[in-house]
Parts: sequence; C-alpha cells; structure tokens
Amino acid sequence: MWGIIRQKVGTGGISAPSMQRIRPAVSAWRSYSSSGKEMTVRDALNSALDEEMSADPKVYVMGEEVGEYQGAYKITKGLLDKYGPERVVDTPITEAGFAGIGVGSAYYGLRPVIEFMTFNFSMQAIDHIINSAAKSNYMSAGQINVPIVFRGPNGAAAGVGAQHSQCYAAWYASCPGLKVLAPYSSEDARGLLKAAIRDPDPVVFLENELLYGESFPVSAEVLDSSFCLPIGKAKIERAGKDVTITAFSKMVGYALKVINLRSIRPLDRATINASVRKTNRLVTVEEGFAQHGVGAEICTSVIEDSFGYLDAPVERISGADVPTPYAANLERMAFPQVEDIVRAAQRACFRSVPMAAAA
Amino acid sequence: MSSAFSAINTVQRPPHASVSQENPSVSPLRSSLPFLGSNHKLRPNSLHKNGASIRRQSSIVAVSDVVKEKKTKSSSSLPNLLITKQEGLVLYEDMILGRAFEDMCAQMYYRGKMFGFVHLYNGQEAVSTGFIKQLKKEDCVVSTYRDHVHALSKGVPARAVMSELFGKTTGCCRGQGGSMHMFSGEHNVLGGFAFIGEGIPVATGAAFTSKYKREVLKEADCDHVTMAFFGDGTANNGQFFECLNMAALWKLPIIFVVENNMWAIGMSHLRATSDPQIYKKGPAFGMPGVHVDGMDVLKVREVAQEAVARARRGDGPTLVECETYRFRGHSLADPDELRDPAEKAHYATRDPITALKKYMIENNLVEEAELKAIEKKIDEVVEEAVEFAEASPVPVRSQLLENVFADPKGFGIAPDGRYRCEDPKFTEGTAHV
Repeated sequence: MWGIIRQKVGTGGISAPSMQRIRPAVSAWRSYSSSGKEMTVRDALNSALDEEMSADPKVYVMGEEVGEYQGAYKITKGLLDKYGPERVVDTPITEAGFAGIGVGSAYYGLRPVIEFMTFNFSMQAIDHIINSAAKSNYMSAGQINVPIVFRGPNGAAAGVGAQHSQCYAAWYASCPGLKVLAPYSSEDARGLLKAAIRDPDPVVFLENELLYGESFPVSAEVLDSSFCLPIGKAKIERAGKDVTITAFSKMVGYALKVINLRSIRPLDRATINASVRKTNRLVTVEEGFAQHGVGAEICTSVIEDSFGYLDAPVERISGADVPTPYAANLERMAFPQVEDIVRAAQRACFRSVPMAAAA
Repeated sequence: MSSAFSAINTVQRPPHASVSQENPSVSPLRSSLPFLGSNHKLRPNSLHKNGASIRRQSSIVAVSDVVKEKKTKSSSSLPNLLITKQEGLVLYEDMILGRAFEDMCAQMYYRGKMFGFVHLYNGQEAVSTGFIKQLKKEDCVVSTYRDHVHALSKGVPARAVMSELFGKTTGCCRGQGGSMHMFSGEHNVLGGFAFIGEGIPVATGAAFTSKYKREVLKEADCDHVTMAFFGDGTANNGQFFECLNMAALWKLPIIFVVENNMWAIGMSHLRATSDPQIYKKGPAFGMPGVHVDGMDVLKVREVAQEAVARARRGDGPTLVECETYRFRGHSLADPDELRDPAEKAHYATRDPITALKKYMIENNLVEEAELKAIEKKIDEVVEEAVEFAEASPVPVRSQLLENVFADPKGFGIAPDGRYRCEDPKFTEGTAHV
C-alpha cells in the first residue's frame, strides 16, 4: 500500500518522503525515546492518581468497582490498600447519585475524582456534570467552585456494541464551564490527569480503553511527581509542511504528523491556526459522529480565523453516522482507519477525488 | 389553657379527600390512616421489623406524646410550654420575614421588576423556619427552585436576595443566578436547583464531606449536618432513592425534608404516587421515616431538633415528611385552576403564622403589641430591600464572561499570564511515589 502512495505522489509538488511516513504511529515512537523507560497508559493514570492522593488528603476516588475490584479497567489498582475505603469509595450502581454526591462534596471543600465505567454511563449523570458542576461557579458568581474530575474510558472499544461505543467529546466540549481533556500517550495521561486534579474547576477526562495497555516512552521529567501539563494547549507530535492533521485520543496513533489536541475544551485554536497558516491545508480526525462534532468546530474556527490561508476545503474524518455495529468487519468500517486519513490527506493535497461523491 | 393547635386540629377533613383516587382496597393500611386533613399526630416509624438489620437507630420521640404531656402540665398555667418567649419571637420573626418577602416578590413581579420563573413559598414557612433555625452557620442547606425563604432563614440578607431577583449586580449571586439559583458561600446555602431531585445528591455529597472531614481529615469536631428540601413530586424521582440508599449505607449526617404540599404544579400527589405516604420510604432504606404536620411550626421544630441531634451524633440520616400547603400557585405564571377552592380555604385557616401567634398570645408569652412591632420591623426590612434593589446597578457588560471558571483567566492560566503548570508552586507537593 505504501508503494501505491509513492507512485501517486509524483507531480503534486509534495515531498514524497513526507507521505511515506503516514502509517500507524504507535510502534514508531519507540525509536524516539531518550530515557529508555516506557510506561503503559494504565500505569501512568494509576501513578498520577496515587501521587495526587498522597499529596492532598482532600482528593478521593469514587465510582463503581474502584476499590476491591481494583478498578473495572485496573486503573485504580492498589489504591484501596494504600488509602483505605474512605478515600477509595465503591458505590452502588447509581451514576446520578454518586456523581451528584461528588459534586456536592466538591461544593463543600473536597476534591473528588469520579470514575464512570465508561462515558456512556455518564449519560445517567449528565444532569450533574452539566447543571450542578459546570454551571455552578457562574450561577453563584464565583462563590462555589467545583474542583471535580470525571474520568473514564470514552469512545469505542472492540466489539462492545452501540451502547458502549459512543464518543462524548463533542457533547461535553459544547458546554461552557467544563474543561474537557483527551490524553493520548502516557505522558499526556500523567500530566493532564495531575493538572485536572489540581484544577479548581470541573474537568471531564476522556480516556480510551484500547490505549490503556499501550506503552509509550517517558522521560525522567514525566516521572517526576510534580509533572503537569497545561490545560488548553495542543501538542504538535511532528511538524509537517504539507497538511495539518488534528486528532485526539486514539486517533492520534493513526497519523504520524499530527496535532495531538489533548484539550478539547478549551480548544487550542492558536496552535491549529498557526499550523494551517503554514501548510494551507487541514484534515480533522475524530472517532465520534460527524454532525456537530469536534471536527466541525475546528473547521469553522479555521475558516473564521485563517480563511485566506486555505488552499483547499477542510477535510473532516469522523466515525460513520450510525450507532456502532457489533460485527467486526462493520465495526471496522464505522470508525476512521489509516486508509481514510491517507485518502483525506491526499484529497486535501491534490483534490484528486471530488468531495461530495465520497460519502 | 390548652394549646391553640388543638382547636385548629378539629377542623373537618377537606372535601377533596372524598374524591381522591386512592383505592382503599389496594392497601389495608391506607384506609385506616387519614392522610389528608392534617390533624395528624406525629408518626415515628423507625426500623424495627427487619431482623437482619445491623443498624442500631434511636427512634424518634413521638412528638404528639411530648405535646400531650406538656399540654396537661400547662393547664395549671405553669410555663411548661414548648418554647420560651425568645425562641417564639425568633420563630415568629423568621416566618413573618418569609411571608412578607414573598408577598413583596409577587407585587414586584406584577410590576415588571422581577421576571422569569418565580416560585413562592407562602404557607410553607413553618417548615423552613422550624428546620433551618436549628442549624449553625456551617451547616448546609440545599433546596429547589422554591428557595427564597430557605435562603432567608439560613441568614442571607433580604436585600441580597431581593437584588438577585431584580437581576442586579449586588444580588447574592451578582444577578447571575436568579430566583431558582440562590447560592451563598458564606451562609452555606448550596443552591437553589431548577431540576427537581438534583439537589438531593448534592446535599448528600455535602454530608459526605462532613463525614470525610471527621474521619479522614481528622477534624474531630466536624459535626456539620446538611438539610435537603424538596417536594412530593421529587419523592418519585430516581435520584431520591439512590441517595436514600447511599445516605443510609454510609450513615451520612443528612436530613431529607419532604415538603409535601400535595401538588406538583398541577399534578396531585395522589395521582402521581403509588403509595402516597412518603415517610414510609425511609425505613425501606434503613432510616427512620417521620411524618409531621408542616403547618405547625412547633411540631416541626421538635422533629427537627431530634433529627439534627441524630445526625450530629453520627447516627445517620432521617427522612421527614412535612404535610404542608402552598397558598399560591406553583409559580407566578401558574393560573392555579386545578386545586379545589375549598381545599385552599381549609388550609388558609391553618396558616402557620396565625397559629403561632395565637399560641403565644394564649399562653401569655407575648403581648400583641410586641408581635405588631415585629411585623412593622419586617415590613421596613422588606421595603428597604426593595429600595436597595431598585437603586442597585445592573451588571456591567464585562460581567457576562466572568466567573465561568474559578481560574481567573480560565484554561489553566494564572493571573500573571503564564500557564499554572509552569509555576513551581502549583506543582509542588508531598507526594510519595
């Protein structure tokens, strides 16, 4: 497949080597580590929680199976033994109830980390995330802030069906008063979770189940217990000069030259626009549904700020506009794959295929 | 010199009880217990039949017994009454403040000074006064959209509440909250929630914090309790049951106060609820469920004292159902056509303020002139609040974007313009890895 791309490159005025490098990126990162140490995303999250709970006794974890079961996805492994059942609270199956309890305790001075087994279940608690967490600082004119973190796996896993596979980034990112973060690598996971827990505002922390087991190299700085990443700043994984590709969470692994958004709300419009002004072309990639999605917001932002710099219409890659099917081959078609990103980048660069027909 | 309340209690059952839709054959208990009409004695209902229960709970004293005992003793005109003069005056003043304030709100609304949704509390003052006056400043109150009087009873100044209703920047939430969202950090009024049932988990969380502070943060004297106020309609909502379960499971210091005014907008409680006796839902979850006459502030106060003492001791939550009535419609936009005028008339005779006044005068606790003086003083307070609110400025334009986040600039950016995570102070800690 890579051979085919190389042939097509020929005349377009784009450097051939740059197109060669579009391939699943996860394994490629290994060659770029400097400290030689690697960490899975799961360990990164676990160590971040451990360190934050150790540093501040007001931080506690609440959710289903976070305690004795060691976490539904083992993210909270070992925390119960270390901190006891008052700080690692197993709840009954009551998302609305315990999300609300978390918010109420945050109103009154604690710093909860509420785990949803997946963000699909957060819909049962979404009233509390939006109405009593996100809006409270505004409604009370700053008297009551809510230093809470809602975290859990978001988006599709493998073969879990329609009710367990939706991506909620766009839903939460459309609400003022929330900060929405979507880490990709272990460094992202550690830094952003620590920043989220220390942040005085409600944060929705969207992880991805398939990334939990992935290993990434981490530098010594990342392993330090005071490592934090800024909220609202995207990371340019590798700069390119032909097309800007933006992605978050699992999709970052599908494109090497990509802007890893890290933060969906606030969106780092400055970085995205600066990149587009250099490359003049944009492809946005996300797992969620196209309509009203993150990609739609990025496209509009770029049109508003950098319209004159665009040489081609913006390309939006998103999940198929259907509830996620179960059959493995259909599921594969329902989410963006590497080939889709390649095709979109090609269209942005060459306009070889008219856009409308491709649906 | 029997209590004034006994005279009121002999009023006939309201006519609408006969056209109620409850089916006596469904539950043998229901037909024998006159639920409507409110000439109730207190009915404590602690958990006693569940043999497997591992929770020891002190049962709530039957206030009716207390009242009866005190009534017989007071026949010899000795001051063995339920309240002292000072306490009576505090209760009276608070209820008058609530009533006068709400009446003024109605006036202001129809003059166009207030807008949007305004839900008034007339008739229910005994519940707010009876419960909230048992609390300290550090205790929390969480309410629904019918929250003006809860905020006032908790100590939020009348002028701050009135300004908030006018949408002025001097309001308790700088005009950003409104009628349904009264918050006060200083007085621990944690809202004002528009969604019914939303405040209950938040209140349970505040109670969780109280327990956490005592057990984990080792603040041994932290005995703050939380009160959650909500209505009969909310008692059918899922979040209510989730929180009853968790509060009893973790023995949280919370009191769930159901203000059963029998109507949820236009939906009668009987049409909406399979078993209308809400207090019975408490024992199902392992906490005492108490029913009290919510038009009688003295009875409410007795129950509140016991429930608060329970919570402070660490014995866990209590569910209290107060049977009360709202004299006005659901909100100022509600034409209130569905309620039977005879029912309204019946409850108007049971006005809690009139009842307390009668009790205090008949028991020679106060002179009528003193009560008149209080009423005049409150009228002046409310007038002053209106003048203050009128004179206050509307929020400036730049206030629109303020307070979205606690971060002054939002987005993890500190006041000096740099990212917070780059500030060594932000990231330092005593983490042991």
